[in-house]
Amino acid sequence: MSKQTLLKPNRRDILKYGVASTALSMPFVSRAWAQTVELNMLAWYGHGEPDVVAEFEAANNVKFKPKYYAGGDNMLALISQSPPGTYDVILSDAEFVQQLNEAGYVDELNAADYPFDDFLFDEWKQFPGHWKDGKLFSVMVRCGHLGVSYNTTAVSAEEAQSYKCFWKPELKGKVGHFDWHLPNLGQMSLLNGNASPFDIDEAAWGKVKETTTSLRPQVGGFFDYGGTFNGLKNGEMLAMAGIGDWITGVLERDGAKVASVVPKEGGIQFTESWSIGKGSKNADMAKKFIQYMLSPEGQVHSARMAAYPGFAVTKAGRKALNEKDPKEAQRTGQVDGAANDPVTLIKEGRIKYRGVPAQQGLEVWNDFWSEYKGS
Amino acid sequence: MAEGQRRDFYAWFWRAPLLVWQLLFFVVPLAFMFVMSFWLVKNYRMTPAFAFDNWAKMLGWNIFWSSYAYTMALAVAATILASVLAFPAAYGLAFRVTDTTRRWALFFLIIPFFTSYLVRVYAWQVVLAGNGVISAMLGWVGLGPISLLNTPIGTLVGYLTLSFPLVVILQTISLASIDKTLIEAAHNMGCSPLRTVFSVIIPAAKVGLIVAGLFCFILSFGDFVSPYYLGGSKPPTLSIMIVDSTKSGQQWPRAAVIAVVMILSLLAIAFTAVKFAYRRRG
Repeated sequence: MSKQTLLKPNRRDILKYGVASTALSMPFVSRAWAQTVELNMLAWYGHGEPDVVAEFEAANNVKFKPKYYAGGDNMLALISQSPPGTYDVILSDAEFVQQLNEAGYVDELNAADYPFDDFLFDEWKQFPGHWKDGKLFSVMVRCGHLGVSYNTTAVSAEEAQSYKCFWKPELKGKVGHFDWHLPNLGQMSLLNGNASPFDIDEAAWGKVKETTTSLRPQVGGFFDYGGTFNGLKNGEMLAMAGIGDWITGVLERDGAKVASVVPKEGGIQFTESWSIGKGSKNADMAKKFIQYMLSPEGQVHSARMAAYPGFAVTKAGRKALNEKDPKEAQRTGQVDGAANDPVTLIKEGRIKYRGVPAQQGLEVWNDFWSEYKGS
Repeated sequence: MAEGQRRDFYAWFWRAPLLVWQLLFFVVPLAFMFVMSFWLVKNYRMTPAFAFDNWAKMLGWNIFWSSYAYTMALAVAATILASVLAFPAAYGLAFRVTDTTRRWALFFLIIPFFTSYLVRVYAWQVVLAGNGVISAMLGWVGLGPISLLNTPIGTLVGYLTLSFPLVVILQTISLASIDKTLIEAAHNMGCSPLRTVFSVIIPAAKVGLIVAGLFCFILSFGDFVSPYYLGGSKPPTLSIMIVDSTKSGQQWPRAAVIAVVMILSLLAIAFTAVKFAYRRRG
């Protein structure tokens, strides 16, 4: 190549050398592309966001492709409409794992791959529905409590100690519902004194409907996540049923005057668990991801998730959270010996696991919820 | 090939894409939805069947009919409000401004469609809330604070956000197309301005005015965003009921029943409106 050509290349030279250099670099480029694994995730909003998965993505050359849902029924609906292998990792509300398994949507897991020995609470190792005939199908990764969520300028901490505060005359039109029947009706069931809020006979179910209906005049609206968030933030709603710190925690971090407590009648635990989708082509990487989420780093990311906070489920995870963010650990009671330690609350019998109705069909609860909304 | 045959082939060649498109993306999905309304859901899975359970359940359910009445009432209210409020603006743009001003005005009326409807609705939340602008203004005159958020008024504001610019545009085009000599003749014969509007302009622009109102009705009747985010889903409209049905227990067949009823209602209203629009004065 002459010096003249190098200094002043014509258009043909640029094209020629451009094509040649692109062709030469293709093997490296394609190798780099080939190594990037795309993991399809089905989860509640937030689990596939950078604050949770960026480190894992960078360390393993993985790219997540999340599909978000709101509510276990919605999750089942989405997965049932997709061909097998569509989702590599599936985050499920614990009460729906059994149905995922029965429908054949998830693969069996090897218990030895996950740190069950390090779990904070023995019961979580054998979470209902996660095992069948000694086989593991899902691993609990985080949880949170639902109770009374309220604006601290309108409801006192003492009043918030009972679900009865929702009926406070000053809150007329200012009580909101997270628009999902299970947590709301579960709370009403707790208020009625049902020890197992989702396993109630017809008489108790009738009373739950009565109690819920009596709340209707107080209700200002039914909201999804965004609406609940905005309603509490702009003061349109002064108390919310069906939620907990997973929403007010985010607002509290922004300085809003809101809080959530587990009232004296008890609270409900939402539990989230990871499974590997049946037919996943990236099952090994999916397993690695679940292991990461149960590692101390993963547990910290999960507990501090920007979309909605949760509790760590492993001892190492809690320890790491206390080191990394002691303020958040204190705020959420994730400190050994704290009065509001989530594990202590369960042991005291104040927390019940959210479940699906045991003696009525889910459809029955849902139909009542629609009637309640329209009344 | 004969000249006539060549012309037929040419016409069909250009018609075909539209027909194929409509067939594939309208008729087939619509037929599938209708078929699905007879299916059953067992253990969260849709099972093909020919059962009337979903129809019996939905049509025999009080909540469905109260939701239907509420949805219809809100859509009718939005249509009347939009048509009445848009008319003076459209009249002004059609008869009282220059062509250049009218073109600029129509351009500005299109601009709201450049932004997401959902974003505009979220912006309205700030305005309509108890601590929002409207409440503060009502407070100054001793009527507030009043929250319009999560009320039927909030929903109506959302419906008008969606349809009002379109209604103004359609009314303006319709009024601007009127033969101006008819108006001049009315004036020459001593007709008052108000009577000219009701006896000459509105009858002459009837088709356009009705079509504008019909668009508003269709958009409002099927809207999910405003009743959910500005009306607080309280009570739910039919579109919210569709979402609720699909969210809970994967009741797509019941959602299909609601959708079919909505489509039939819209077809009936659209045909009636168009028939009325083209009816000659007897």
